[in-house]
Amino acid sequence: MSTSASQISERDLAVDVPSSDVPMQYFESEGGISLRGFYELWVYRHLVWMLVVRDVKVRYRQTAVGVAWAVLQPALLMLVFNIFFQLLGRQPSEGNVPYVVTFLCGYLPWQLLASTLGAATQSLVAHQNLISKVYFPRAVLPISATVGGLIDFCIACVLLLGLMVWYGVVPPVQIILLPLFVLLSLLISIGAGLWLSALNALYRDIGYVVPFILQVGFFISPVIYETDQLIPGQYRSIYALNPMVGVLEGVRWCILGHAAPTLSSMVISFVTLGLLLVGGMIYFRQIERQVVDRI
Amino acid sequence: MSNVAISVDGLSKCYQRGTSEPYSRFSELLARLPKALWNRFIARGDSSASSQSTSNPFWALKDLDFSINEGEVVGVIGRNGAGKSTLLKILSRITEPTAGRFGLRGRVGSLLEVGTGFHPELTGAENIYLSGTLLGMSRQEIKRHFDEIVDFAQIEDFLQTPVKRYSSGMYVRLGFAIAAHLQPEILIVDEVLAVGDAQFQKKCLDKMKEVSTQGRTVLFVSHQLSAIRQLTDSCLVLDRGRLRFQGESDQAIRHYLEMAQPSSDDLVDGFPDLNAFRRDHLCGTHVRAERIGICRADDAEAGFSPVIEFGEDFRFECEIESSIETEARMGFSIARVDGSQVTVVWTQDAEFSLRLRKGRQVVRCDVLGLPLAPGKYVSQIGISDIAVGRTYDVIMDYPLLEVRWQAVEDGTVHYPDRRWGGVHWTPVQWSVESTAAGVSKEQRIQ
Repeated sequence: MSTSASQISERDLAVDVPSSDVPMQYFESEGGISLRGFYELWVYRHLVWMLVVRDVKVRYRQTAVGVAWAVLQPALLMLVFNIFFQLLGRQPSEGNVPYVVTFLCGYLPWQLLASTLGAATQSLVAHQNLISKVYFPRAVLPISATVGGLIDFCIACVLLLGLMVWYGVVPPVQIILLPLFVLLSLLISIGAGLWLSALNALYRDIGYVVPFILQVGFFISPVIYETDQLIPGQYRSIYALNPMVGVLEGVRWCILGHAAPTLSSMVISFVTLGLLLVGGMIYFRQIERQVVDRI
Repeated sequence: MSNVAISVDGLSKCYQRGTSEPYSRFSELLARLPKALWNRFIARGDSSASSQSTSNPFWALKDLDFSINEGEVVGVIGRNGAGKSTLLKILSRITEPTAGRFGLRGRVGSLLEVGTGFHPELTGAENIYLSGTLLGMSRQEIKRHFDEIVDFAQIEDFLQTPVKRYSSGMYVRLGFAIAAHLQPEILIVDEVLAVGDAQFQKKCLDKMKEVSTQGRTVLFVSHQLSAIRQLTDSCLVLDRGRLRFQGESDQAIRHYLEMAQPSSDDLVDGFPDLNAFRRDHLCGTHVRAERIGICRADDAEAGFSPVIEFGEDFRFECEIESSIETEARMGFSIARVDGSQVTVVWTQDAEFSLRLRKGRQVVRCDVLGLPLAPGKYVSQIGISDIAVGRTYDVIMDYPLLEVRWQAVEDGTVHYPDRRWGGVHWTPVQWSVESTAAGVSKEQRIQ
């Protein structure tokens, strides 16, 4: 995800290398993804962490309730939807655990996606001052914005944990697979973040579109309901095109032991995710090369 | 023979000027899509009219070729818009070249601003880690140099204070201190580092000298020719995206200042365009010099001409546009193109109170009895607030005047030999008288 070094020719090696221990690296205008790009991203992993730490510190330094914000929002929304469905007289979830727990299992991963996607979309534009002054693989920005959301997610999970203890919900053995689904959700976020941050650098109104996408996504993903309680069977494979479907079903399966995501829906989700991620990398790389001149 | 540390082959950078906004609206793109498709697939004939007709390529750099050896300290000089920043940005990998390639041996640290990545809400200590990481230091390196950095910046007592509460001096010191402790093989430094108070500037220059003695390769852009002369062994001189000269610093500086003489194609209303010499990052916006020129002191009617004859008194005129009413001070220097300073004059030295009104006004200064040796002279012009010392405008290396030798009666023109290199030339009376050796000896004995 960076200017890739071209092949070092034998002539260069013959002239330059013997008298020095560091080989010369050549750079030129070159598109495409290269292994070197991923290696550089790895070299700069500390930067990802530093930016995450910075964002978290800045976010909570001048707030009244501090990290409690991360808990407050899902808690309030949980109450609202709980009351709403109680008034409606029907809860769109399996009955073995209270609705609030089912809700949080869907809402927290969704919240992770929603908060990180907004930050990732703005990440290039928000750091234009930085990217015009110093080099680092630009993908560090949407990635660190995404990883930053994980901190809030972990804090909010305390709420879920508390409720599970309170209601005596014992997770089944597949709970050990939970990190896998969280990772999946992060990858979705990174894939979409790569696309959106690059697009937003060129077209600033993308920033306005994201909340709308998220609002629609909120209802076409099993956040406040469960798939098999609401979505008719024949539509499920279309429904599974949304990669968050697989994630949310998976999370509920891990924590609550609810219906496991079907293999076909997982495969569909994976393919969509793969396309999103690879396409995002290629497009981001394309834009990364010219972003400083165009931002 | 030393190793090549930086090699540049046919490096070019093209910007599209005047095609479109730097960014546009996605919705506009969608709105244009039907028309674009129509043009492309149905009305193929007139596709040329809609596309590329407004494109106006601008070559910020064109076919640059040079190489720099390990351990060399090389200055990059050139006027505004010569391509210096673009070159630094490409070598720092901030932007990609349009054509050509460049090779770098070892890690590159680039310092294009003071306090890269500082966040105002974070404390000094936190910012050291953040900025250091951004500049390419590892956590261990930062830890190892942490105390040195704090010491260099003199901020021990403010480590836990958010940098938004720092004075601008502290901010700059901390920014430079981090940068100074980078240890890349190649260091790329922009002139913005040369800010801060004089004492700290000296400290920075010393630190940079120290860096260069450790065998690191340094590429250094500056408009302070004195700093260039002090720090660098050789220089690249850029002009309009092309490399005009590479070689020993003194020669390069002379070359650069000679080049600063206006050619007829960049005159605006008969005067050199001041923006080519303005240092925007040093300036405020309220007061600006609009044009600067020279005319004869005793005969202003004769009009402006940068050429005066030897021994002639001249009048310096500067037209100023001000959006505020203020008491300001103004000064200018006169230096030979080899950099040797002749004189600096300030309004307050003459106890002249420069009251600026809103709008345009002309400030005049008659320079009397200054026997400048024939040759070309450049000037630095500064306008600043009299009370707080805030700078309004800075014009550097402005081609102020050329002194010509008076034509003698028979019409031929003689220039004194340049190699003598004086800045003053005074008409003197020479004479020779034969003396009887014995007589003078006797006289001395008496």
